Amino acid sequence: MVTLTIDGKQVTVKEGTNVVEAARAAGIDIPTLCYLKDVNAIGSCRVCVVEVEKSKTLQAACVTQVQPGMVVYTNTPRVRRARRLAVELILSEHPYECPTCPRNLNCELQTLAERMGIRHVRFQAKKDPKPIDDSTPAIIRDPNKCILCRRCVAVCQKIQGVDAIGPFKRGIDTAIGPAWGETLADSPCVQCGQCVLVCPVGALYEKDYTEEVWKALSDPSKHVIVQTAPATRVAIGEEFGLPYETVSTGKMVAALRRLGFAKVFDTDFAADLTIMEEGSELLERLENGGPLPLITSCSPGWVKFMEQFYPELADNVSSCKSPQQMFGALAKTYYAEKAGIDPSSIVVVSIMPCTAKKFECQRPEMTASGYQDVDYVLTVRELARMIKQAGIDFQDLEDEEYDAPLGISTGAGVIFGATGGVMEAALRTAYELHTGKTLPSVDFEPVRGMESIKEAEIQMDGTTLRVAVAHGLSNARALLERVKAGEKYHFIEIMACPGGCIGGGGQPIPTNDEVRQKRIAAIYKADRGMPLRKSHENPAVQELYRTYLGKPLGPRSKKLLHTTYRWRHVFGTMVEKAGAAVWPVDQAAGGGGQA
Amino acid sequence: MEKDHKPEMSFHGGRDPVLGQAGRHGGSEGKDHKCECAEVYRDIGRVLQAHKGEKDSLIEVLHYVQERLGYIPKDVQVRIAQTLGVSLPEVYGVVSFYNAFSEKPKGKHVISCCQGTACYVRGAPEVLARLEKELGIKAGDTTEDGLFSLEVVRCLGACGLAPVITVDDETYGRMTADKVPAILEKVRRGRGEVEKVAGS
Repeated sequence: MVTLTIDGKQVTVKEGTNVVEAARAAGIDIPTLCYLKDVNAIGSCRVCVVEVEKSKTLQAACVTQVQPGMVVYTNTPRVRRARRLAVELILSEHPYECPTCPRNLNCELQTLAERMGIRHVRFQAKKDPKPIDDSTPAIIRDPNKCILCRRCVAVCQKIQGVDAIGPFKRGIDTAIGPAWGETLADSPCVQCGQCVLVCPVGALYEKDYTEEVWKALSDPSKHVIVQTAPATRVAIGEEFGLPYETVSTGKMVAALRRLGFAKVFDTDFAADLTIMEEGSELLERLENGGPLPLITSCSPGWVKFMEQFYPELADNVSSCKSPQQMFGALAKTYYAEKAGIDPSSIVVVSIMPCTAKKFECQRPEMTASGYQDVDYVLTVRELARMIKQAGIDFQDLEDEEYDAPLGISTGAGVIFGATGGVMEAALRTAYELHTGKTLPSVDFEPVRGMESIKEAEIQMDGTTLRVAVAHGLSNARALLERVKAGEKYHFIEIMACPGGCIGGGGQPIPTNDEVRQKRIAAIYKADRGMPLRKSHENPAVQELYRTYLGKPLGPRSKKLLHTTYRWRHVFGTMVEKAGAAVWPVDQAAGGGGQA
Repeated sequence: MEKDHKPEMSFHGGRDPVLGQAGRHGGSEGKDHKCECAEVYRDIGRVLQAHKGEKDSLIEVLHYVQERLGYIPKDVQVRIAQTLGVSLPEVYGVVSFYNAFSEKPKGKHVISCCQGTACYVRGAPEVLARLEKELGIKAGDTTEDGLFSLEVVRCLGACGLAPVITVDDETYGRMTADKVPAILEKVRRGRGEVEKVAGS
C-alpha cells in the first residue's frame, strides 16, 4: 500500500494505482476524457492534469502512478487553466451540433465543457468535413466528431480482440478507423458496439431504425409485432431515471402497447425454445460422440468473430439460430398461421441490447419464413427515444403482461441476458431431460458472475459434464485457444460482450463494469420472480412442439430454427477488395466453414 | 520500378517463401516471366520468416520492404501483420505515421521540396506550388507516368542556399518558382544546362 496526499487529504491505495483512481478513492473527482479504467490510460487528452510537488510540469493523472509521500494538487489555478485550454482545443476542432447529436445530454465532452464553465472557445480550427461511415447495418462512425481519445481502439483491441480499427497518420491528419481508410463493413468489425458504449462523444452510434418502425406502425395494412430481449428489461429503466437493478418488464410491455404494436411478445419465449433445440443438440452430441465441445450461437457478434477467426470450429458451434431469429422465423409462419394473418403483412420488430442483432437480421441466412424473418432491430436506446417522442411517462406506467403465445416464458429465458445464463438454462433442462429427475436446485452459481472465464463440472447420473463460459471476445479467444490446445469440454457458452447481453452495445450509456454487475443482479432477480424457471416447462413451447414443430431437431425445427455459417477473412473483405490477398493467406483447416 | 509493373501483380508464381505454397500465379514459376520482383518478394518472405511472431520487429521489417520495393504495398502489409502477429490497423498505423514509409510506389525521381523555416521565409511555398502545378500532383503523390514523386521535407541542411529542393541526390539552391520547369525538363531529358549548386 502507498500513502500519498491529494489536496491535503491523506490517501492510502494499492501500489500501481494511478492518481485518478487514488483521488476518486479520496472523494476527489479528477475530470477525464480519454481515460477508461483498466482499458485506456494513455494521457493523451490532457484533461486530467494535476500538479505534483517536485515535478516541474503538470502530470496527466491517468498515467501517473502513486508514489509514497507524493503530494498532489488537483485544483490550482495552473491546473484549471491547463484543463480549460485542453478542453477548448478539443472543442476548437469539434462540430457544434449538440442539439442534433445522438449523444446530446449524455456526452462527456459536453459535460466537461459545462463543468469547466467554458462559455467561449478562443480558437477555431479549420473543419474540413470528413465522410461519415454508415456502411454497416449496425454502427455509424462520424469522424468529424471524433476527439481521437482512442477508447474505441482500446476496447476493440484489448477487450474484444477484433482489431478492426486503429489510429492512422499523424498530427492534424490523425484519424481513427479501419486500415487504409476502408469502411467498417469491409473491416473485421463484428458490430458488437462496445466502441459505441465507450465513445465519450457522438462519433460512434447505432444506426437508427426508429423512423422505419414509426412508419410501419402508422401503416394500417401492416401487422406490427415486437419482441423484447431478456437483457432489455433490466436496462430500459435507466433511460428514464429509474434506479439501477429495477426490473421494468411490465412497464416496457405497457409502453410498447402505447406505441401501437399489435402484439407484444418476448424473446424469452424463443430463448426457452433455443434451450429445447440446443439442449437436445447437446444430448445428441454426447450420445454420438461429438463434435464436442458444443458452443453456443446466440451472440451474433461472437458468430461473426468465429466465422473470421475460428472457422475451423464452425462444426462445434450449435446450428441453432439465436432466439431473436427463431422468434422471427416462427412469427411469420407459426404465429401467422395461428392468427390467420398474411405473413407478408407482418412486420417483426426486435428490441435488443445489441447492435450486432441489426447485422444478424439482415444476414441472407435469416429468411426461413420466406421473408426477412426480423424486419427491424431497435436498441434499448432507440426504444427509449421512441417512448420519449410519444410522450409516454414511463415511470408512471402500470405493469402489463406479454401477449400469448409468443410472450410466455420462464426464468431460464430471462437469464440468457447475463453471462453464464444460456449455460445455466441449458443445464436446468439437459439435466432433467437426461436423468429424468427433478433438479435439487435450479441455481448453477459457478457459471454466474463477471469472472472472465468460468468453468464447472456437473454430475448427470454418472456422466460428468465439463462446461466453460466466456464473455468478451478476448476471453473467448483465450478459452478457444485452450480448446485447440486439447482441453476437453462438453459445452461452452460464449457471449461477445463483457457481462453478456446486459453489457451489450445497444444498452444505455454508461455501461461499465459497475453497471453490468447491477444489471446482472436484476436479471437473477427477474429469474427468481418467475413461476416457471425451466425452459422445458414452458407451456407455450410445449404446445408449439405438439401442434407445429413436432420434436426438437425434427425436420420443421431444422428448417426454421437452425442455420449455417460461412468463412470470412480475418482482416475483412477489404483485403480482397484492395487486391491485397495476393500472398496466400492462412485460411487454416476447414477454411470454408459450413458452407 | 518500371511503369505498369506493380509489385501487387508481380508475385509471378514463385513458391511462397513463408507457406511454401505456390502464389496466385502458381505453377508458372519462371516460365514466361522472369523479373526482379518475384525475387524481391521471396527475399521479403525470408526476412518475414526470420522475424515470425516478433511484434517488435515491425519497423525493422517495414524499413526492409521500403528499401526493396520503394513502398509498402497492401498485400505486404497484410503478410507482415499475419507473420509478425500484429494487427493490420497497427501495421497501417505505423506505415502511415512515419515519413520514411510510403503507401504508394515512389516515382523514378524523388523531388524533395524543403519547407523549413529558412526556405519558407525565402519563398519555398511558391516553389512548392509551382512544382505541384507543373507535375500535376500534390505533395506526397507520384505522377501518373511514375517518373516523379514530390515530397515536402522540413530541412535539407542547406539553409544558406534557401530555398532548396533536391532531385534524387542532386541539390538545387536559391530556387525560384520560375526555375522549376527547366529543372523538370532537364531531369526528363537526363541532362541539362540549368544552374546547379553541387554538393552541400
